Amino acid sequence: MPTASEDRGVAERGMGLGLRWLGRLAGSDLLDRLRIRKGVERTLYGGTKNGFRSATVAGRTFKAAQKLTGPARQAPSKPRSLFDITPDDEQQMLQEGVRDFAEAKVRPVAKQADFDRSTPDELLGQANELGINMLGVPEELGGVMHEQAAVTSVLIGEALAHGDMGIAYAALAPGAVATAIGHWGTPEQEATYLPAFTGEDTPAAALAILEPRPLFDPLKPETTARRDGEDWVLNGAKSLLARPKECELFVVAAEAEGLGPALFVIEPGTSGLTVEEEPAMGLRPAATGRLLLDDAKLPDTALLGEGKREDYVECVQRARIAWCSLAVGAAEATLDYVKQYVNERTAFGEPISNRQGVAFAVSDIGIESEGMRLATYRAASRADQGQDFARETAMARRLCAQKGMQIGSEGVQLLGGHGFVKEHPVERWYRDLRAAGVMEGALLV
Amino acid sequence: MINLEIPKKFKPLVSQGNQVAREVFRPISRKYDEAEHSYPKELDMLASLIDGMNDGSDMGGAGAAGVRRESNGGDEGNRNGSNLSTVLGIIELCWGDVGLLLSMPRQGLGNSAIASVATEEQLEKYGGKWAAMAITEPEAGSDSAAIRTTADLSGDEYVLNGEKIFVTSGDRADLIVVWATLDRNVGRAAIKSFIVERDNPGLKLDRLEHKLGIRASDTANFTLQNCRVPKEALLGNPEIDTKAGFGGAMQTFDNTRPLVAAMAVGVARASLEETRKRLEEAGVEIDYDKPALTQHAAAARYLEMESDYEAAHLLTLQAAWMADNSKPNSLQASMAKAKAGRTCVDVALGCVELCGSLGYSENHLLEKWARDAKILDIFEGTQQIQLLIVARQLLGKTSSELR
Repeated sequence: MPTASEDRGVAERGMGLGLRWLGRLAGSDLLDRLRIRKGVERTLYGGTKNGFRSATVAGRTFKAAQKLTGPARQAPSKPRSLFDITPDDEQQMLQEGVRDFAEAKVRPVAKQADFDRSTPDELLGQANELGINMLGVPEELGGVMHEQAAVTSVLIGEALAHGDMGIAYAALAPGAVATAIGHWGTPEQEATYLPAFTGEDTPAAALAILEPRPLFDPLKPETTARRDGEDWVLNGAKSLLARPKECELFVVAAEAEGLGPALFVIEPGTSGLTVEEEPAMGLRPAATGRLLLDDAKLPDTALLGEGKREDYVECVQRARIAWCSLAVGAAEATLDYVKQYVNERTAFGEPISNRQGVAFAVSDIGIESEGMRLATYRAASRADQGQDFARETAMARRLCAQKGMQIGSEGVQLLGGHGFVKEHPVERWYRDLRAAGVMEGALLV
Repeated sequence: MINLEIPKKFKPLVSQGNQVAREVFRPISRKYDEAEHSYPKELDMLASLIDGMNDGSDMGGAGAAGVRRESNGGDEGNRNGSNLSTVLGIIELCWGDVGLLLSMPRQGLGNSAIASVATEEQLEKYGGKWAAMAITEPEAGSDSAAIRTTADLSGDEYVLNGEKIFVTSGDRADLIVVWATLDRNVGRAAIKSFIVERDNPGLKLDRLEHKLGIRASDTANFTLQNCRVPKEALLGNPEIDTKAGFGGAMQTFDNTRPLVAAMAVGVARASLEETRKRLEEAGVEIDYDKPALTQHAAAARYLEMESDYEAAHLLTLQAAWMADNSKPNSLQASMAKAKAGRTCVDVALGCVELCGSLGYSENHLLEKWARDAKILDIFEGTQQIQLLIVARQLLGKTSSELR
């Protein structure tokens, strides 16, 4: 590691050069002569945002594989009598497997995936092979979990996001649709859609609740579903879906006439449905985009389950827990990274970690990420045991939104100028961690 | 199997604690805040009741002596024992009044120290007595390795000389656990704790402090002048083992820090519950499903404070649970103490602000809780000391590298 003074020299030289280069470029008429100024400015402004819209294209055909007499549901887990923070054996195995995968496969490609705004298909396939998208699928329909699996989902989200939060979003998004259908779908919906999520070729899918507006409240979506005879007609816009162009299935929240907020299962190819790019500050490997509904006409059977308000509220809560689990993983990744950095980096003749100003910042990251983790576990565990978990979810979300962002910020701060450049991952985690307080829906436990 | 709910077997204890807090502590809370230095005699009967709870069966204790680490008896399974039950009991009682909890006979931090490191003989001799803890000196607070009180072996006795300040329950307790050094030149390894009977003629009470909060609890300053105690009054190992360092003395903290964190959790919860009630009277409802920032600013602030409380609470339970399961917990104990200490102060002061003059005036208890709160971020290791310990653990630093 170079000394501080050498480093400053390089940084100053580099910064000077960069500004000079930019200044010359902006003042030069070369761009105008070549008629590429717009292009360069757009590149400087928005990276790969290209703003074109496309109609969604019909994907695979979903057909009911078997006839169920009633909806298949995972049972709540048995109430536990003792306080315990140890995952059971099965959970530990899964957790370790995903953790290894995140370290060996996810972290090494995270920087490139962030730059490309795309996660390699191969990686998503491998992640899927770990079974992460079928945790909410009842056993009768080919799922692996007999009992509800919120805690297991949290452990997996945490482990995967330790590799990269954006890739974790891309990899886990289809599972949210499977979980939504497995939890609240009608027997026909379960039989039609769930088998596809238990095979190798899992469809990309998105649970779309968030809308593009300030102070968005998921309990009051402005997307509407009005009745037209037996049909539903949906209008509105949904924000920050993972890989919407690839999606073969959407579950979309709308204020349903006569029902209140409810979810609708929508297959691409439906008329009035378009997707567009929506690049964001973070979660870039998930190639985020919008889904626009313009008089999208759906059959009566598109309403998920019976459209019960409590199902919808539970969905919003479970999504928040899932985002907490990702924030916990990214926060822990930040802690691990800065620990090593501040121990190796020297200034004034000794490791900077020998200074309280630096060391205490590391302590705070440790304390707050542990608090986030425990609060998230508690909310998930209550969900699995069939207890009310509204309060615990709100607590975990508040912590993950606020402390998560603090941790992201401190992670960059502790590396100083080095934290601000893309040589280190902390600037990516800074961008990703902001999502924990913004995202609604999209993932489920 | 992950479950962070209060275990069923401790529910009776929690509800008993809550009842005591509600019916015994709260009604006399203001009285003893005003009558500083007068002994809350109402507590005598209560203390016997708590002794009974401690002695009763496998339910674990509700008091300070409950922190003794029992061996697991070869049982590999998950254990919810007396560390957890003690923490739960303290949370409830401090929801009532933390000053009164600190004044509870036989529930001093000295009792926890004795429970943590005493031999069976010492337990027998000193059990059932009320023990205070004397560490701090005028020139040595957080830097407990710098204490100057000396203990010299003279025949079968140690002779103690020095000055001790900030001894909680020092005037009322039967015993004082005094930290002293066997050799000032050796540093922390030479520091041992000694049990001194309160009526020892060498132990002179200098004065009682007037304080910001926890005024129901007496805080005493002592001079030790040729104070002679029997050899057997030394707690733990009498050898100076430089490798083991602080060993016995510091080990106590792993068990007692979660208890102080629990006090902070109790005070924070009292403030939050009272404030929620007042806000609801004022027409502000707290909604857990609606995004915080789309609610009333007071509700958003409340949710923020409650979420810090949630983290502090769970970190505290975790530290105690680890102690019950014989897992090393210095890191988690300090995390819990740091988080709970600062949260308690922030929450109690924030609640005063939210409730306006109702919070600030002596007509209600919110202002008192805000005064009581501050000590919980100071004693048993200040915020800064906890951050030091957490940092050293996380970064693998020695105390000479990270000072």
